[in-house]
Amino acid sequence: METPADLAAEDVLLFVNAAITSTGQREFHSESGLQQGSLEFLHEYTAVNYRDLYAAALALGINDHNAALIVLRLLSTARDATPEQRRTEGPLIARTLRRLPPHRVFHLFSALRRARVNNRRTRALMREWLEARPDPAFDAVKYRAAFKTAVRHAHLRPDRLPGAEGELGAFLFASGPTRPFRTPIFEHWRRAHFEQSSVYELPYTVAEGFAAAHGIDRSLFLERIAPRLTRSERLRLQRSAERAEAASVRLDAAALARMPLTRLASYTLSMPVEERAGRRAELTAALRSAARRVAGDRAGTWGKVAAVLDDSYSSSGSSEKRRRPLAVALACDFLLEALAGEYHRLWLTGRDDPLLASAGGATALGSRILDGLELAPERLIVVSDGWDNAPAGMASEVLRVWSTRLDPERRTAVVHLNPVYDAAGLEVRRLGRAVPTTGIRDAEDLPELVAFARFATGRGGMEELRSHLAARVDRYLGEDG
Amino acid sequence: MKRLRLDGLTALPGQVWGAVRLVPLVRERPFDSLLRLHPQIYEIAPAAVRLNRPTVHQSYIPHGIVAQWSEGDPYVKTVGTRLTDPRRPAAAEVRGKPRAERRTVRRPSGNRLRFLPLHLSMEGYLSLHFGGPSMAWDEWSRLGLDEGPPPQVETAYPGKAVTGLGDALRVFEIHPEQCGMLIFVADALAGAFAVPHPEDYRLLHPTLVEDLYGELIWQYALFHGDVPDFGVRLREDEVHTVADLRAAVTAAVEEWGRFQLGTMAEGLLGADYRFDEVYAMGPYRLWRFQPRFEPRRETHIGEAITDEEGRLAYLHTFRLSEKQIRRGRLFDELADHDGRLEETAAAMGIDVTHLIARIDRAGFGHLLRQDVLDHHRARLRR
Repeated sequence: METPADLAAEDVLLFVNAAITSTGQREFHSESGLQQGSLEFLHEYTAVNYRDLYAAALALGINDHNAALIVLRLLSTARDATPEQRRTEGPLIARTLRRLPPHRVFHLFSALRRARVNNRRTRALMREWLEARPDPAFDAVKYRAAFKTAVRHAHLRPDRLPGAEGELGAFLFASGPTRPFRTPIFEHWRRAHFEQSSVYELPYTVAEGFAAAHGIDRSLFLERIAPRLTRSERLRLQRSAERAEAASVRLDAAALARMPLTRLASYTLSMPVEERAGRRAELTAALRSAARRVAGDRAGTWGKVAAVLDDSYSSSGSSEKRRRPLAVALACDFLLEALAGEYHRLWLTGRDDPLLASAGGATALGSRILDGLELAPERLIVVSDGWDNAPAGMASEVLRVWSTRLDPERRTAVVHLNPVYDAAGLEVRRLGRAVPTTGIRDAEDLPELVAFARFATGRGGMEELRSHLAARVDRYLGEDG
Repeated sequence: MKRLRLDGLTALPGQVWGAVRLVPLVRERPFDSLLRLHPQIYEIAPAAVRLNRPTVHQSYIPHGIVAQWSEGDPYVKTVGTRLTDPRRPAAAEVRGKPRAERRTVRRPSGNRLRFLPLHLSMEGYLSLHFGGPSMAWDEWSRLGLDEGPPPQVETAYPGKAVTGLGDALRVFEIHPEQCGMLIFVADALAGAFAVPHPEDYRLLHPTLVEDLYGELIWQYALFHGDVPDFGVRLREDEVHTVADLRAAVTAAVEEWGRFQLGTMAEGLLGADYRFDEVYAMGPYRLWRFQPRFEPRRETHIGEAITDEEGRLAYLHTFRLSEKQIRRGRLFDELADHDGRLEETAAAMGIDVTHLIARIDRAGFGHLLRQDVLDHHRARLRR
């Protein structure tokens, strides 16, 4: 018999899974509008019914999109919170703002302004965050419009922010030609309006606009802006730099190996199959070393592991999330290889060469899971969007019969990781009641998620979940970054 | 009269999306290089498929395909499936002059393959099936004798207009050996499609959404809710070893396939058809088939190519609406009695006046002589 507390645990897990996977973007099976609407509902439902757990979700490795949505909702419904809740929410929000990439935070500030949320707590949080930024002048140039909005909205005196020699106000609110600035980056920005060489002193995203205005040749521009590129920008520009023949943007093997695992997997899959085959040694080495870095001292400790990895057609994602599910599966493949003592990879199409993975074919999860179970591993990890369709429900039946008839002692622990939020079903699709399913955003989170998975059947109970959450929140607030 | 048989094709479990159920048909033995899509269709297809362009002995061009063979050529339309020699240019082979050029509404985008605008396609298609009378009986007008029944403006809907079908085809996951598809809307069979080789299928899969479907299907899709995705159920008390479980899995998949072909596609495969041989080339025969038309019964017409063993290489069917079935029956009866109105009326158990009223209502009154028509119209009013 399910008690209200069990139901609550299930609700919260539902929300956490959605907040890990969904970004409100289009997925293979659902449009972006449906994703956003579905997510909006879950946010509202959870915030109204379980406000403290809703805030605690910030500590659970949810994605940046949802972290920003939670902060926005907490700040705009501060009236409904008890004083005690406000006291616990404050540090969580401040910590989250410090964790999020700055463009997300500025985006959030603009959303607060649009939502007309301007209470004292909001203004204080904005002020603290802006004051703690290492280089406000740089932020002001890179995110000029949003910075201005934030300063206005929080009633700040820009010139009191550190590090801009009192010129921040003049820079932000300048209209028309201005006098020379003493702050170097402001001066570069001023000169970039009429002088091409100053363009290359600016952040890439800003410089790109000036380059277009000056009509600078793309390959020349990329060649000279290369030293200013951030790591992600550089990875993102690899293919377009190749077309523009800008050699200095190109990543060498060592730099490639320092990229985050899932990003690297996405990058690998963006190449045509022939190119992947040609650069096999380089790419494999980079993926392996990224995986080893994630595994850390857990490498090789997981015993015998089998993984069923989904490369059916639906893993091609959507035009907004290109090959995302496949990239997560590929990254998990390399990570599990690093974690396991003995590893068996089982791609759905029967392919044995992960580097050449491509999305195609039906999702016959049932028979592939059986292949995995037959190897009698300690852990069986399934990475799939859960659209089991050849035939529907076979995976669930195989797992059910397996656990009741062939493995009643549970020698094999099965965990399902799902990279896709099913908007219509308001959850990540499951493989039946018997198997814990959790959402996954980046393969890097896999070890934590597998540990978290015992709650994911919703049977861990509310008390256990609460204490787990409290521990996660303490750790989250403790590790500052 | 004989049955349509899907020899060599096996149905795999269908994939459900909303009210649409798509059942993949796979071949263990594809026709490989013996019969393939005309090579020129591969020419204009996306690069991925062009890689291993087949050397074929015989080739076919499906009905209703619009393609531009090369830059500057006019768009070519096929009315009726063609069985051709792959070494000869298809453009010269394709006949079927468009009857109303102005109604070719949209140009195909880029070099993509697509089906004819549906009105042309459907009209052309039905006129292939229903010919005019062969004897110059008194009652028929000059026009009726020379041209046969003109193409009708048919009520049919492109796949895009059928609610959910476009999405269902988009999210459908094509099996590697897939050579065909059964399309069910609200679990009513809307059409069957099969080709000789998986590569042909992958090329033609996106064109299914440009294909046309009857009014019945359009309505079903609009008003019917989601169809259930039947879950499998394995019997656990028979499972003692891993091998048992694997056998149970295989058996469940096969049982599903049999159910879909045997029970769900009964309306297509359980009816008797008249096969008319249209063309023969090498070991292949191109057929058009139609059942005896009976009102209020599921009715499919279509085209098929078979090899000498009777193995089905190509299949494309349309499901007729009730109105079309009635009209089909009318023309069948007329054809059986060679256009003699008295005999036809007697066979249908009505008098000539009512027969003529039916012909008139079906939109073919102008095929009869005006004075005959007026005479019977007047009698009917009395």
